[in-house]
Amino acid sequence: MINSLAHTELLRFTTAGSVDDGKSTLIGRLLYDSKSIFEDQYEAISQTSAKRGEEGVNLALLTDGLKAEREQGITIDVAYRYFATPKRKFIIADTPGHTQYTRNMVTGASTANVALILVDARHGVVEQTRRHSFIASLLQIPHLIVCINKMDLVDFKEDVYEKIKEDFSTFSHRLNVKDVDFIPMSALLGDNVVERSTNMDWYGGSTLLYSLENVHIGSDNNFIDCRLPVQTVIRPYSDEYHDYRGYAGRIAGGVFKKGDKVTVLPSGFSSTIAKIDTYDGELEEAFPPMSVTLLLEDDIDISRGDMIVRENNQPDISQDIEAMLCWFNERPLQPRGKYAIMHTTQEARCIIKEVRYRLDINTLHRDEENKEVQMNDICRVLLRTTKPLLTDTYRRNRITGSIILVDEQTNETVAAGMII
Amino acid sequence: MTANYQLNHLRELESESIFVLREVAAQFENPVLLFSGGKDSILMVHLAVKAFHPAKIPFTLLHVDTGHNFQEALDYRDALVERIGANLVVGSVQEAIDSGMVREETGYNATRNFLQTAVLLDALEKGKYDAALGGGRRDEEKARAKERFFSHRDEFGQWDPKNQRPELWNLFNGRKQFGEHFRIFPISNWTELDVWQYLAVEQVDLPSLYFAHERPVFERDGMLLADSEFLPRRPEEQLVTRSVRCRTIGDITTTGVWESTATTLEDIIAEVSIARKTERGGRADDKRSETAMEDRKKQGYF
Ligand SMILES: Nc1nc2c(ncn2[C@@H]2O[C@H](COP(=O)(O)OP(=O)(O)OP(=O)(O)O)[C@@H](O)[C@H]2O)c(=O)[nH]1
Ligand SMILES: [Mg+2]
Repeated sequence: MINSLAHTELLRFTTAGSVDDGKSTLIGRLLYDSKSIFEDQYEAISQTSAKRGEEGVNLALLTDGLKAEREQGITIDVAYRYFATPKRKFIIADTPGHTQYTRNMVTGASTANVALILVDARHGVVEQTRRHSFIASLLQIPHLIVCINKMDLVDFKEDVYEKIKEDFSTFSHRLNVKDVDFIPMSALLGDNVVERSTNMDWYGGSTLLYSLENVHIGSDNNFIDCRLPVQTVIRPYSDEYHDYRGYAGRIAGGVFKKGDKVTVLPSGFSSTIAKIDTYDGELEEAFPPMSVTLLLEDDIDISRGDMIVRENNQPDISQDIEAMLCWFNERPLQPRGKYAIMHTTQEARCIIKEVRYRLDINTLHRDEENKEVQMNDICRVLLRTTKPLLTDTYRRNRITGSIILVDEQTNETVAAGMII
Repeated sequence: MTANYQLNHLRELESESIFVLREVAAQFENPVLLFSGGKDSILMVHLAVKAFHPAKIPFTLLHVDTGHNFQEALDYRDALVERIGANLVVGSVQEAIDSGMVREETGYNATRNFLQTAVLLDALEKGKYDAALGGGRRDEEKARAKERFFSHRDEFGQWDPKNQRPELWNLFNGRKQFGEHFRIFPISNWTELDVWQYLAVEQVDLPSLYFAHERPVFERDGMLLADSEFLPRRPEEQLVTRSVRCRTIGDITTTGVWESTATTLEDIIAEVSIARKTERGGRADDKRSETAMEDRKKQGYF
């Protein structure tokens, strides 16, 4: 039994879409129909639904767990849910549709392999659909599944589905997304979620669960550019391991092999990998997303924030960073303001030298006149950092290409950035 | 080529947790690991040992002791601390009661569970700990499903679930003002089944309470509780001897036991894979109200 599980892959997906499009209901339905809900959980939400005078059992309550969420019937913060089928283990981030909580949507989406974009069949593609789809493409979520929901409220009509599909495609052609699927469904009744719908014979595609089980995620990591951001240096200070100096971190890209020639940045010193160490013994090679400890042949000064890379494949070393930012904070972006910046295991300070433009999400128009960046806005900026960062473009590597900005007074995370 | 470079889900979870543990060691000055004796904190210690091997773990262990323990759990704790050479601090609820810092509940449903929060916050303040690692998992409970890996607490130890810091990619923002601290949940993404599967794969030694054994128990509110001097029974609550095991281990007065014949980890995994109730379904403390966990967490509980 344990061995058969050794082959289970992990898939992370997130929900997106406008308020009340049915994201939480869909997750509840997926959990319920895949028999991933426990009796006591089901009993608890049945009771709550009854107490509130709802007709059936409200499956959205499975993810809307906070008091404030239940009172208002909306999602405020990301909820993480888990289920597994014999094929895969799934980590779901159910995110809010409210514009006010966009930052929580971005939080859930940042690590996802797949985004489910919900659309209410009655309303079609609306501003928030566009905003979230754009954010999903900005975050380079490799696969999008557009769930055209509430088909029961439009008599399961094919032309409604086709029209939305066409509208979405017109919009998404201008985004940078490679893999988009469309599924007509009813989250409330379960059509095409786990079970194939008997109300929509005209639909020949797969159910949502089938798609999630079969989407190809093997190439979502970068296996080409070797990157190890050093988290911490391991020095046992014991007699047995007197000279042990291990550089601990999680592989952010590429495949490191014992004996490889490597360069340490920013110092630029070169050495050879003497050993790839783990608690379970030495490894011949290490790849993303493994956490390992590297030992080098030579004694070099290496500390947290440094990066170990291959000699002939190096990231950019620069103090000038060009990035797309999602602004999260009530306090607007301060032009020429100073912020703390976090990138891999490195921390520095930066100044926002220039806002190049602010993006109008509806039209994708680049506004170079009004560049006031408020909460939930997306903009392109030029940053100058106090020390060089070791970066790749976000498109090439989601780990070495991402940054966050932190307000130095409040310590709040005020923006997420994708390096261009 | 990439086909070979795929971790299975347990190894991916392991790697994620090790990453988080190393971030904690790097970003905080004085982190502490909350050790309850339950399987989740045992898992966390096991992962910490792996993360810093061959060095010792850079965390002090803190046990908030309600005084109402299973003896087996205490013995296990002491042996573990000895084996990994860690430093153990005990925050005692009994002492807090004796000194008048907290007042004990009375009656049949009395539990010291809620007193733990005050003792925990007190211990964190006394030890000047700036980060406390907990074994909370998001699949346990609906309020926990909302937790970040790095969860910020104000100077009163409070959680503000409506206003959490966004947490993107693997960039953990551990910056704080003086007097504030962080709760950190390295095994957020593990489910109960993942934990058991992993403990089995890794052949981790566990307290005997987790395996089926004969024990005098009684039924209350649809769940089985272990007979104990700390837990007065109502007249109608009859003792019976059953083959049971624990799915979580905490304070003896709130930890339900489950009928089971599972004597090995493989048996347990088989049981957990078809279980129809959550492990916390056996915990009286969660049943007090619909948002019992959220309310406690806001005040600083784990
Ligand atoms: N008729 C019908 N109603 C649905 C369907 N899916 C969801 N609903 C209803 O739509 C309402 C909103 O559903 P939620 O799941 O809370 O929506 P949400 O997208 O999670 O909303 P936020 O998280 O607040 O953005 C609820 O009343 C659901 O019962 C569907 O397929 N058909
Ligand atoms: Mg919702």
